[in-house]
Amino acid sequence: MSWSVIFVIAMKALRRNAMRTALTALGIIIGVAAVIVMVAIGAGAQASIESQIRSAGSNIVTVSAGSGGFGPVRQGQGAVTTLTADDAAAIRREVPGIRYLSPGLNTRSQLVAQTSNWNTQVQGTGAELPAIRSWPLEFGAFFTEQHVTRAARVLVLGAVARDQLFGAAADPTGATVRIRNQPFRVIGVLSRKGQAAMGQDQDDTAFVPYTTVQKRLLGVQHIMNVTVSAEDGVALDMLTEQIAALLRVRHRIQPGDQDDFMVRTLEEMASVLTSTTETMTWLLASIAAVSLVVGGIGIMNIMLVSVTERTREIGLRLSVGARDVDVLMQFLVEAVVLSLSGGTIGIALGFGLSYAVATIMEWSAVVTPQAVMLSFGVAAGIGVFFGFYPARKAASLNPIDALRYE
Amino acid sequence: MSDARKTPIISVRELSKTYDLGEVRVRALRGVTIDVMPREFVMLTGASGSGKSTFMYLVGCLDRPTSGQYWLQGRDVSSLGPRALAHIRNSEIGFVFQGFNLLPRTTALENVELPLLYAGAIGTKQRRARATAALEAVGLGDRLGHYANQLSGGQQQRVAIARALVNNPALLLADEPTGNLDTRTSIEVMGLFQDLNANRGLTIVLVTHEHDIAEYGERIVAFRDGRVQSDHPVTTRRAAAIELARFDETADEDAVSA
Repeated sequence: MSWSVIFVIAMKALRRNAMRTALTALGIIIGVAAVIVMVAIGAGAQASIESQIRSAGSNIVTVSAGSGGFGPVRQGQGAVTTLTADDAAAIRREVPGIRYLSPGLNTRSQLVAQTSNWNTQVQGTGAELPAIRSWPLEFGAFFTEQHVTRAARVLVLGAVARDQLFGAAADPTGATVRIRNQPFRVIGVLSRKGQAAMGQDQDDTAFVPYTTVQKRLLGVQHIMNVTVSAEDGVALDMLTEQIAALLRVRHRIQPGDQDDFMVRTLEEMASVLTSTTETMTWLLASIAAVSLVVGGIGIMNIMLVSVTERTREIGLRLSVGARDVDVLMQFLVEAVVLSLSGGTIGIALGFGLSYAVATIMEWSAVVTPQAVMLSFGVAAGIGVFFGFYPARKAASLNPIDALRYE
Repeated sequence: MSDARKTPIISVRELSKTYDLGEVRVRALRGVTIDVMPREFVMLTGASGSGKSTFMYLVGCLDRPTSGQYWLQGRDVSSLGPRALAHIRNSEIGFVFQGFNLLPRTTALENVELPLLYAGAIGTKQRRARATAALEAVGLGDRLGHYANQLSGGQQQRVAIARALVNNPALLLADEPTGNLDTRTSIEVMGLFQDLNANRGLTIVLVTHEHDIAEYGERIVAFRDGRVQSDHPVTTRRAAAIELARFDETADEDAVSA
């Protein structure tokens, strides 16, 4: 018996039972589409969290003065004055794999403009800080290496500090702000960055060269921290080790003694976030698995409910001369056609819904090939199995037993 | 022709069938021996449970005997495998059921085409032509595109008869073909069988439990408790064509008197 005849028979059977065909296909469509959309949303959330971590600087290593350990006399961060600009220079000089570096020394101070004033964090940094933090400017420019060398009285405002001193969206470049009675020229405003991962407002701040904080505001020689960003592909734990080793030598810390500094990476934070998104992916995957099971049971039910009618049909076909293989081929073709068309529609629907979710809800949704293949494979497998298996049983009966099946 | 007369089309020896229903074993057929000659019109009668239907299913190759021999047109069928039996059902036997057994939501034409689909290489056009011819032979040439549920019971049974005839078998088996039909339609269908027997030379074996229906045949085999109780020719055979004309006259008179 030729395949074309089998195909004709199968298509006629599918058309004759249009309702059953539609319901079975619907089970496959929903199963496939649900899995694709769920996993797409999960993968999209993961991707967006990862990109947020990257924007915070997942390749950043922070060296801060003070001990993190449990010594006899533990001093708070900043109370230790052993970290210096020379240490920072040595790190840059001797540790390979460093891309940008910025010494840091912070203070809190009142900023006084023409008509208003504001108390905020004044951060003394190097000129490379915006590069480390991937932080573009809204107006003007960040201060340069020359400003740092000269300990120039220049000021770059965060967006919130600017709002408070000059009004929202104002461009204050060229204006003068007094800090501790000294005039600072505003040379730039940073773009708004929003809250950091831990909740503090990153925009309520002002940046000046760290040398300026040392000489003109605090009158100290030390710095509080060094922020370093690594070259791409550099292992951060290696970098951390090398920086720590260098500082131990420079600070003459004997083996077994307490370090007077701490080297930390944002990786630690990133790993927490990664495990969070992994949990979420598992959650979504289990929702997807449930929808796949529900869809599968739907397919199974339709197939099994129609077994009686179909067994009689098989009996009739056998009684007019169909061989068991003819009947099996017919049912196999039916199940495959159903599964393929339902699966294809399901994939299209899954892509469409993922796109709709991404646009309407402004989420990112990433359709993964694994989800497409898994859902399609499982739904098609269930469809073919439950379409084919009862037929196999019926085709092996004597025609009269199949005809009188109840 | 005289040679063909000598070889029985159906020849069964000690045919028996036992159904194993778990705890109970039902001996539906307990050794039946019959010959049916070509062009014969044989009626099988008996009470329900007498084994006549079981016998028909065995003769129709729809079921397999527990023991005994069955020669169909001189060929031993009782030892054949399922594929060979499918071929026999397709090309050598036409079977008509009490419940019609038409495919639902399918046209008369497509129902009649069904055996041709399983008959090997037959083109779509030829399939259509042969199915149309078979439907015309049973008087349904104007109902080709009708669905089964749009036809009356008698028409559905005639579609089933057309389906049984479409592969030109020599043997037509019918299991209570008038069981679901009213009197007039029953006479109509019996007329069709008599016509096929007389004019197309078909051998017909028909199961019925109604004695008046049995008298349309030329030989009555009565079953009882799984055995043949009696086997005798019909003395006063009924002719459906004549009865039908008379039936319509009385119906007209009824209509006039009403």
